[in-house]
Amino acid sequence: MDGSSLPEIRSTCPYCGVGCGVLLRGDGHGGLTVRGDTDHPANKGRLCSKGSALGETVGRAGRLTTPLVNGAPSDWNSALDLVASTLTRTIAEHGPDSVAFYVSGQLLTEDYYVANKLMKGFIGSANIDTNSRLCMASTVAGHKRAFGTDTVPGTYEDLDEADLVVLVGSNLAWCHPVLHQRLLAARKARPQMKLVVIDPRRTASCDGADLHLALKPGSDVALFNGLLAQIAAQGAIDGDFAPHLDGLEAALASARADDTAQTGLDPASLGAFFDLWIGTKKVVTVFSQGVNQSSSGTDKVNAILNCHLVTGRIGKPGCGPFSVTGQPNAMGGREVGGLANMLACHLDLENPAHRDAVKQFWSAPAMPEQAGLKAVDLFRAVAQKRIKALWIIHTNPAVTLPDASAVRTAIEGCDFVVVSDVTGATDTARLADVLLPATAWAEKSGTVTNSDRTISRQRAALAPPGATRPDWDTLAEVGRRMGWAGAFDYRSPAQIFREYAALSGIAGAFGRDFDISGLSEISDTDYEGMPPQRWPVSATKTGGRFFADGQFFHADKKARLIAVRNSAPKHAPDAERPFLLNTGRLRDQWHTMTRTALSPRLSAHRPEPFAELHPADAAALGIGQSDLVALSNELGQVIVRAQITDAVAQGQIFVPMHWTGETAPTARIDTLVRAVTDPVSGQPESKASTVSISRFAARWYGFAISTDGFRPKAEYWAVAKTASGTRAELAGMSDPADWESWARDLFGLPHASLQSVSDETRGLHRLAFEQDGRLLAALFISREPVAVMRDYLSSLPGTDAPEALSGRTPPNRPDPGPIICSCFGVGMNTILAAIETDGLSDVDAIGAALKAGTNCGSCRPEIAALLARASAREAAE
Amino acid sequence: MRQKLVIVGAGMAAGRLLDRLSAAPARYDITLVNAEPRGSYNRIMLSPVLAGDKAFADIVTHDEAWYRAQGITCQFGQRVDTLDRDGKLVTLSDGTALPYDRLVLATGSMPFMPPLPGIGLAGVISYRDLEDTRTMMDLRAGQRAVVLGGGLLGLEAAAGMAARGIKVSVVHLNTHLMERQLDAEASALLRTELEARGINIHCGAQSQSIVGSDGRVQALRLEDGRDLPCDLLVIATGIRPSVALAQSAGLTTARGVTVDDRMTTSDPAILAIGECTEHRGQTFGLVAPVFDQADVAARILAGQEATFTPREISAKLKVTGCDLFSAGDFDGGRDTETIVLRDPARSRYRRLVLRDNRIIGIVLYGDTSDGPWFFDLMKARADVSLMRDALIFGQAYAAASRHGMAA
Repeated sequence: MDGSSLPEIRSTCPYCGVGCGVLLRGDGHGGLTVRGDTDHPANKGRLCSKGSALGETVGRAGRLTTPLVNGAPSDWNSALDLVASTLTRTIAEHGPDSVAFYVSGQLLTEDYYVANKLMKGFIGSANIDTNSRLCMASTVAGHKRAFGTDTVPGTYEDLDEADLVVLVGSNLAWCHPVLHQRLLAARKARPQMKLVVIDPRRTASCDGADLHLALKPGSDVALFNGLLAQIAAQGAIDGDFAPHLDGLEAALASARADDTAQTGLDPASLGAFFDLWIGTKKVVTVFSQGVNQSSSGTDKVNAILNCHLVTGRIGKPGCGPFSVTGQPNAMGGREVGGLANMLACHLDLENPAHRDAVKQFWSAPAMPEQAGLKAVDLFRAVAQKRIKALWIIHTNPAVTLPDASAVRTAIEGCDFVVVSDVTGATDTARLADVLLPATAWAEKSGTVTNSDRTISRQRAALAPPGATRPDWDTLAEVGRRMGWAGAFDYRSPAQIFREYAALSGIAGAFGRDFDISGLSEISDTDYEGMPPQRWPVSATKTGGRFFADGQFFHADKKARLIAVRNSAPKHAPDAERPFLLNTGRLRDQWHTMTRTALSPRLSAHRPEPFAELHPADAAALGIGQSDLVALSNELGQVIVRAQITDAVAQGQIFVPMHWTGETAPTARIDTLVRAVTDPVSGQPESKASTVSISRFAARWYGFAISTDGFRPKAEYWAVAKTASGTRAELAGMSDPADWESWARDLFGLPHASLQSVSDETRGLHRLAFEQDGRLLAALFISREPVAVMRDYLSSLPGTDAPEALSGRTPPNRPDPGPIICSCFGVGMNTILAAIETDGLSDVDAIGAALKAGTNCGSCRPEIAALLARASAREAAE
Repeated sequence: MRQKLVIVGAGMAAGRLLDRLSAAPARYDITLVNAEPRGSYNRIMLSPVLAGDKAFADIVTHDEAWYRAQGITCQFGQRVDTLDRDGKLVTLSDGTALPYDRLVLATGSMPFMPPLPGIGLAGVISYRDLEDTRTMMDLRAGQRAVVLGGGLLGLEAAAGMAARGIKVSVVHLNTHLMERQLDAEASALLRTELEARGINIHCGAQSQSIVGSDGRVQALRLEDGRDLPCDLLVIATGIRPSVALAQSAGLTTARGVTVDDRMTTSDPAILAIGECTEHRGQTFGLVAPVFDQADVAARILAGQEATFTPREISAKLKVTGCDLFSAGDFDGGRDTETIVLRDPARSRYRRLVLRDNRIIGIVLYGDTSDGPWFFDLMKARADVSLMRDALIFGQAYAAASRHGMAA
């Protein structure tokens, strides 16, 4: 059976906040085929590399399928009794604030709703926070300050209609590839549309941009204050809209007091940007983590919002500030009250009227009156033993929180830790006292909200394995076992959704934005078939944009202009730690890689953690391409591969955030991120830590391939999945006594036949293990960073490969090079060769010749960069 | 007036010399004397003849028609009885007297026969010429043979007989076979391969005596008292240069006939080439330097200048399916570095010994296709540092990776 007779199921991609519709079809063997849903408004059929590879991530290997208590298999009844009784006892002994939930933008709205209800309405604490704190909190705070609610004013259609799109702190090409593709398509249709990128780093999003402003890290407020001052100076303030605004003078005074020189940008570029922005009515300013993850993140958001508000460029087709979210249901979490300082349905915890209304609706026995602990503070409280019972759901704070080592230690030291996840193989899950097996994306049913307020259904396409359960069910069961049977008598996501929609009607009655009460009577059948729809959905308003009418959600209906001043990142580079550390996402990985690392083609894009470092800095420090480097500060040390590139400015380093104790234990970059937070939003400053950097002088370097997974014992290692098994980079500080036994131990191959090459005096050792003429594993050791054709070698395990130890393709067979196009596995050398020999000159021609970039298109910026590189070389010759 | 040139011996050295001389304007009347009743054949190809891979006709390099065409007078089946240097005259075993102006000694070598009791028994032979080969070929399948000596020649004899269904044992004094050409690891692979062909190998075995009955060999007795029964005992314990004629004529000899760089003996009218010679203290057993000597001698005889420089030599075992290649100093030692490829699953082994990033020793077992390339690098003293990572994988891989590879 190939699954072709199975129905295609409409669902939503579980990665970024674009919220693309996907069509899933089981293959009859537990796998899925995935394609973009042409009917979904978010993506209209497009998918990025990650979405296209979803089918490779749904296998059952590595799944947690039974509850574990203290590492031993248990049953749900015992495990849930233990969770419920421990929570109850902890509350009884230490009060409700001694327990906390740390949840995730990976949760569906229904899961999120039940978790929030359990904590805020029944346990009686507000100690529920979500990993959206690391991602969206500054935007939430900025929106609330300006609008009175956390409202995204515009829609994705604005990107199609804008005449100028400004990307601020957003590598849209990699982090929201489908939106970026949409943007590029719009520019192609309307070439007059301009694109400006504001980012200290030259990212893939800069390819094809009209202007890239590589401002000094953290100086966004100075830039937008400069813009605001220019708007005023050029008389571009919208007089008709101004009556709807409050605080204009103070904001302007503050803006004028700031000095755009703080951006480090030359006046000509600044002037060009200001003129372009001011002169273009239809302007969308897209912002993301570069804005949010900052000690002044909320101020940055308001600096942007100020400019849109004073020009009235908000809520109208083709214009507005636009926050793009990082997670599939970050928005749902915000709506449902997943943040410690929110109630539910955009109601305020600290507002007694709101609180009472919700309390009454829930028949809640206990409601907190104050905001709970935000993520960073929450884990501080764990470290201080003020939190004695902690339930972590679908997130990996031991890796992702700032000062991650301290967080890991805190979790380890907590009296009672429950972790719900789809796998036990995460840094956090390994610390759990109780590990609860959850259904995974393809097995779950519920709703998610994307960056433009579109609520989409996620539908189960695969049967849940083993004893896995949906999170809403687990949470409700704990609620029932804690004595609240009636309040948590949920039988289906639809039932939860109806309750949630009904509650939103109360919010609507308070005049809040989030009102989907029009769906509160939705039948199970209609819920099942519910098409994507943008909130609000109420008697008074359905979908559309907000604020063009000047009606905001503060009591006086006016928007607030916030007087903000530029403030540099909390820690400035100094002699001891002269580098500013930026962190972020890669194109083909997601968060801590629990899903994307399962996909060979996604893993091929960047199979190893790295630090981007400017060539001048590298030269000064004696660091060569492919050396390992150690980054350190007082919090710890990280070891990754050097990637020397002028995409980063001198004095700056970029390290991706994805690697963990499971994939590269020395590359847990958040161990170097200080727990500095924005005073308003509580969001950590994840992109501006200070570090020193030096060459990591390993005694030996290694590269390994195997048909099976393995976990090296070495000072440095990074593993990645391949189509034929696993590949790994390694480095160590001392030679083992005997490489053969070390390698046999590494691969777990005590008896396989060995082929070896040794050049003892040079420290070169190459070992291949075979069985029945098939290569099982190979290890390449050298005193220098290992020079072999990695992508080729990674294809060999499982095949007859007698010359594998040569480390290269057979002579006369070209090396495809690092994979650029994940969808079709096209390597960089292949593309460069095609450019050179066939004289290809644009991305489409390369697509026609090699198929590269013709599926998801996520690699098109990289192909464009290769073309630019090739033509630059040609010009130089 | 043409000069008279007498060549004593029609082995491979003499064959090569004649090839080279015939290419030059004829200035000599040549007489070729040979104890074997035939002209030159490729002696190193006797093993394939023994193994049945080739016929004798295939390995003849110079037949009667060729000698006739070249106008060479052949005296085959004749030994030289006396050499009168003063009278410039050689006398053959049948009494024929041959005056000469120039004389070339190419008398080759004799097998070394160890002084074991019973060495003179019938059925105890060496492995030197076609007659020895035929003796081995005359054994019937199922008969037993012992080969004393596990060097290149002994193993070729053993493998050749084994291929004919003879039950063969090899007795070798050293702890591993072919120790002059192979390191212990390659040798072990070779041993495994030979044993797989049914050959019994006794290494580290000291022979005590040859047991016989009615004047015919019955067994080789070892020091430990074991008897290895056999119908034929082949002695392959090395060769000694044939110097008897030279000595009797008063030429300077040491282990071999002493020659200078111009292949000239202590008598300016007499040259010597091949396995009978000793040059700067070195004797010769492999074909490549012997050919070089013949080339030098040809030029000297043609009145040109030439000097012989001993070159690096390589060795191959001519046993089908047992490919090995050996050259230089493969034992290593001070200041040397070793690159080793071990691939027992494919019976493949490669060892390169380097000094200062230059190859000084090569041992290849299994796949010897890159032997000549490594050997060329060795002879050229080429610096291999830029291709060192892939060097052991041979020419194609190393050359390809010389262009560099990004990590």
